[in-house]
Amino acid sequence: MVALTLNVNGKKQIVDVNPDTPLLWILRDTLGLTGTKYGCGMALCGSCTVHLDGEATRSCVTPVSYCEGKSVVTIEGLARADKLHPVQEAWIEEDVPQCGYCQSGMIMSAAALIKQRKNPTDADIDAAMVGNLCRCGTYNRVRKAIHRAAKTGGAR
Amino acid sequence: MTTTSVSRRDFMKSASAAGAGLVLSFYLPSKETVLLAEPLAESFSPNVWLKIDPSGVVTITVAKSEMGQGARTYFPMIVAEELEADWGSIRVEQAPAHPDKYGSQSTGGSTGVRTSWDKLRKAGATAREMLISAAAQTWSVDRSTCYAEKGKVIHKPTKRSLSFGNLAEAAAKLPVPEPPPLKDPKDFKIVGTWVKQVETKDRSTGKATFAIDLKVPGMLHATLARSPVFGGKVAGYDASKVKAVPGVRDVLQVDRGIAVLADSTWAALKGREALEIRWDEGPHAKLSSDGIRAMFEEYSKKDGAVGQKEGDVEKALAEAASNVSAVYDLPYVSHSPMEPMNCIADVKSESCEIWVGSQTPQAAQNLAANILGIPKEKVTVHVTLLGGGFGRRLDNDYVEEAVRISKAAGAPVKLMWTREDDMHHDLYRPASHHVLSGAVDSAGKLVAWKHRVVGPSITGQRAPERIRDGLDRGALDTAINMPYAIPNLLVDYVMANTAVPIGAWRSVFASQNVFVVESFIDELAVAAKKDPVEFRLQMLDARPRMKKLVQTVAEKSGWGRSLPQGHGRGIACAFCFGSFAAEVAEVSVANGKVRVRTMHVAVDCGIGVAPNTLESQVEGAVTLALSAAIKGEITIENGRTKQGNFDTYPILAIDEMPEVRVHIVNSYEPLGGIGEPPVPPVAPAVCNAIFAATGKRVRRLPVTSEELKRG
Repeated sequence: MVALTLNVNGKKQIVDVNPDTPLLWILRDTLGLTGTKYGCGMALCGSCTVHLDGEATRSCVTPVSYCEGKSVVTIEGLARADKLHPVQEAWIEEDVPQCGYCQSGMIMSAAALIKQRKNPTDADIDAAMVGNLCRCGTYNRVRKAIHRAAKTGGAR
Repeated sequence: MTTTSVSRRDFMKSASAAGAGLVLSFYLPSKETVLLAEPLAESFSPNVWLKIDPSGVVTITVAKSEMGQGARTYFPMIVAEELEADWGSIRVEQAPAHPDKYGSQSTGGSTGVRTSWDKLRKAGATAREMLISAAAQTWSVDRSTCYAEKGKVIHKPTKRSLSFGNLAEAAAKLPVPEPPPLKDPKDFKIVGTWVKQVETKDRSTGKATFAIDLKVPGMLHATLARSPVFGGKVAGYDASKVKAVPGVRDVLQVDRGIAVLADSTWAALKGREALEIRWDEGPHAKLSSDGIRAMFEEYSKKDGAVGQKEGDVEKALAEAASNVSAVYDLPYVSHSPMEPMNCIADVKSESCEIWVGSQTPQAAQNLAANILGIPKEKVTVHVTLLGGGFGRRLDNDYVEEAVRISKAAGAPVKLMWTREDDMHHDLYRPASHHVLSGAVDSAGKLVAWKHRVVGPSITGQRAPERIRDGLDRGALDTAINMPYAIPNLLVDYVMANTAVPIGAWRSVFASQNVFVVESFIDELAVAAKKDPVEFRLQMLDARPRMKKLVQTVAEKSGWGRSLPQGHGRGIACAFCFGSFAAEVAEVSVANGKVRVRTMHVAVDCGIGVAPNTLESQVEGAVTLALSAAIKGEITIENGRTKQGNFDTYPILAIDEMPEVRVHIVNSYEPLGGIGEPPVPPVAPAVCNAIFAATGKRVRRLPVTSEELKRG
């Protein structure tokens, strides 16, 4: 076990863990941030997506030791104070989620996308979101919400 | 309405008892602050379904499981409609499992709205009438001069009003009235309107809580190593390396395998990897998909159990102008909800507490009670949100495992299935094999239909004593009682059970049979030289609702209008789970790759109670069904499932998602379901469109590019 210093959602966290542990389980089991989900453990489904220094990253295959000195943002840290992220606002407006399990990952991927591309095309959305799987069938609303977020809120 | 004031007291008692455990409740986003004040004692609760606090907050109990279909939204909509509540004042509470208080809590078979509609309407209307009476008494006016609207009772002549909250205490003292008058559907203000799902904000902020997210004091994380071969058993194991994994606390043998208990999920996973187990693979170690298909073919030559017989099919086939025969095959497919199976169980000496996302919490309660030999009243089952169900969570195999592990460990445990566990130990949609022949007369009318269904029976594999004379009518759902008028018809069944575990997959046997039926109808339309829509319509005179839907979807999809080269449209329809669905797929095929561009889906489920969730159910039906049609195949090799994760079992992604156009037809006939009925027509509509685009008939799912490239 090793003591690591992490920066999660702007807060310094010291965790005493096995350094090989994927970030996902540190977030969920150690820090109680359960908004980030386990879906496949192999970076195939995107449910575990967080931002690592602003980049959409699959936390299920990212060793926690790799995250030292980097900024980790999870779904819980996406809103600023009481103000939801524009992507979250758009998500609510379009009533995107069904069961909701994959949605944290979807939103984190979408937020990273519109930070990179202010006005993503459908092809941009396909490319950025193809690794976020949803079994319930929210894809069309996801697409609409991303367009809406780009139009109304923009990146931040 | 038989509810009395006694049941009200019972409800209050049980409500406060539930307060000792984890009560899952949540609020509409805008009203979070309203809730801080009210004492429970003065609230008004005429039945188990609702409670009105003096603050005006209306708490509606939902007894069915929420798995994305919107149970926690549309049930409250129905109560609030009759109650004349202000939607913003609604708070929703999930009922724990109870043997009988809420009736069946099973969430499946697309039964939610249709079986709850009357009782929830009456529950809301009863409360409304009592609130009106309370107001009339307060004002000393004739109650017929009062009406309820948006959370208030209003005295019409004077325009005075009292809020439901103000009336709660007085209403609670009134006797519960006889069956109340129900609203005329044309006066509905909430039902039939676009209402967002209650959980949308929580689901968009990471706050929505699934069983996998919960922690209880003293809980250990558990993984279980199960036999990779169906029906195998532990022959021996060595856990010496497991104990060396940091965080591992214990290794135990239980009914289904070897459990590893640890302080964290990761330690439990690493611990399981370090296990060395010798398996007794049992009698099914050589089972394979090829072997199963060969068995189906052999069985197809046996005598079938007759499911439906009309006229003289052999004579009609022999005499017909044109004859067609075909064989269709479907593979096993997995449910793969995004949240893998998991369950928390805390077994104590005389009781047990469970936290689980189950579609059948009452069955989970019974199961735990039976395993532990305690009365079911001693088993508390808290129902969390479900990270997808699709039928997988109708079975409680993972609950059984968690209960057994907790009992053996003497501690509360959270049993986690990995994706691989989930895919290797699913209860799959069964594979099946279909042999058909049909004939059309010289006028292009379908005169003969013969369909033999060969495949495993869910009932037959689980409770063979319930199968009489080899016939499982469930396995013939939609293969018998087709909507079409066909004078000579024989549908029969040859049960072919295997060791591969099977279960209900959204729309169950309809998703297989409709693929076959609607594809073969298309083949016969070709033989009859008729347009596929025309061919169907001429056989639907006795089924006006279906006829109207086929006409509607044809019109909305621009049926008959020209399309570019390589594009095609296909139609399919189905009646199942009480509702009608007719769908047109528009596809393009290039280099063997199918791209489904648009799905037009017309549905008639009586009334579209909640159009928002109805539309998302249709979008979901298209997603799941299309995934199975063009991607999904579980293959069995050496007695085990070959696929383990989304690399080998890909599911539909955003870049493959067609546009979905939903056309709701309100017939005002008795309500039908909506979760399942749009599923079955997807695959045949797509495959019929592939035929229109390429001339290639798909008779085996999933559609593969190799097959499409093969001339």
